[in-house]
Amino acid sequence: MEYNGGSVIAMVGKGCVAIGSDLRLGNQALTVATNFEKVFPVTDRIYIGMSGLATDVATLREQFRFRVNMYTIKEEREIEPESFAHLVSSTLYERRFGPYFIEPVMAGLWKTQAGEYKPYIAAADLIGCLNFAKDFVVAGTASEKLFGVAEGLWEPDLEPEDLFETISQTLLNGVDRDAYSGWGAVIHVILPDKVITRTLKGRMD
Amino acid sequence: MNTFVNRFSTNNALSVIRKAQAVVDDDEEFSDAAWGSEAGFGSLAKGVPSFSIPAVHDPTAFLRLHTDDHADPNCRIKIQHGTTTLAFRFQGGVIVAVDSRATAGSYIASGTVKKVIEINPYLLGTMAGGAADCQYWETYLGIQCRLHELRNKERISVAAASKYLSNLVYSYKGMGLSMGTMICGWDKTGPAVFYVDSDGTRLKGDLFSVGSGSTFAYGVLDQGYRWDLTDEEAQELGRRSIYAAGHRDAFSGNTCNLYHVKEDGWRFLGNYDITKMHYDGPGDVPGSAQVAYGYDVRVEGRTSSNPPAAAATA
Repeated sequence: MEYNGGSVIAMVGKGCVAIGSDLRLGNQALTVATNFEKVFPVTDRIYIGMSGLATDVATLREQFRFRVNMYTIKEEREIEPESFAHLVSSTLYERRFGPYFIEPVMAGLWKTQAGEYKPYIAAADLIGCLNFAKDFVVAGTASEKLFGVAEGLWEPDLEPEDLFETISQTLLNGVDRDAYSGWGAVIHVILPDKVITRTLKGRMD
Repeated sequence: MNTFVNRFSTNNALSVIRKAQAVVDDDEEFSDAAWGSEAGFGSLAKGVPSFSIPAVHDPTAFLRLHTDDHADPNCRIKIQHGTTTLAFRFQGGVIVAVDSRATAGSYIASGTVKKVIEINPYLLGTMAGGAADCQYWETYLGIQCRLHELRNKERISVAAASKYLSNLVYSYKGMGLSMGTMICGWDKTGPAVFYVDSDGTRLKGDLFSVGSGSTFAYGVLDQGYRWDLTDEEAQELGRRSIYAAGHRDAFSGNTCNLYHVKEDGWRFLGNYDITKMHYDGPGDVPGSAQVAYGYDVRVEGRTSSNPPAAAATA
């Protein structure tokens, strides 16, 4: 995890979820790029963030894209967040004895029978042990620091703009205490009808 | 038989003396340090520092086992390692610039460390490697420099001061001291910079940079260095070099502390936030072109991915 550095985080709000990552790509202590996003769209309402080895981030992004496309074709419907989480989990467990060095974080909205959207977030370890959380999930080199800040800032039922502020402050202040993460950040707030994406200025050292 | 009785008796003359001696020894444990007369330099009571050594058969190996974080980064005493420091000599004196980050593993323990040690009004030392080692021994060097001044009615030369330090750390070679330092100052030979490290290396030179970010600093420094730099140009070069290291090196950053040594001693020029330099430049300071240092900020609208308006239409 310390080879390329980087961190991701996801948070639950009221009828919305937010997910974000830092922008650093490093080679150990050397910062190589400061525009390396680690969060990718899966459907209009599901995003996945991956921290860890950058080569595996790229490989798995394509792997997940392929598998989600196959799912969509076979099922003739879009995948729901919970099914996607299990897809991620089993994809990772396939490599149980030679794993991808990735800790994924997922965030999405799922449609209830009544037709309203409910937030869903999950994280997994590098061999696919899922962790469903009601509040927030973190991963990456700054995960310990992010846990600390999130534990202090997060509260239930945040409106989209408040959720954006909370996740931004958590991510920015968390990575400022980590040598391997930072150099800017990107946040996506997922709402039923749209996704708000903002790139944040962060400390550049 | 008599000697045997004397040895174990509790009231003969010999044992009374022995007891008195023990009391005196006990008293010495409460040295002058207990009365606050040594400003924290507890072990310097008799002029020469002494250290308690762990009671194991190989103290050096014992220390290494518990401090060497290269072999195993987990569960050990961590010593501050990441740093960028630089010093260079030029026509107008010596520029000393350092970052202010302290890391313990990947954790940024502090962003406000003073890595320039003000030995006396004419001497500066920089700090890389073990923070405690640098701080203690360079302050100790300050004491010895003052004693030299009192004994010889003359300020110590930078060469002599740095040699005192290098000989001292050499006497502790192999015992785990970790320091990479530049001793900078002005003496009757003019501006001087010496590199001294805990291996015992001592080098005289015009330009040095030490620490995990030193390669990045050297890149900027080598490119902009000339002997006939003006004071303002030289200060800007020091600041710009530390910025480069702070930006690219994960273990350097937060702020830059800048010093200038001239004939009348050193002067502290300021503390500059590295992120602020990235986005806005160092601010209204002598030598600055008032331009942001950050690559993306500096070339905004002038790259292939974001070309100037003219090129975009062509």
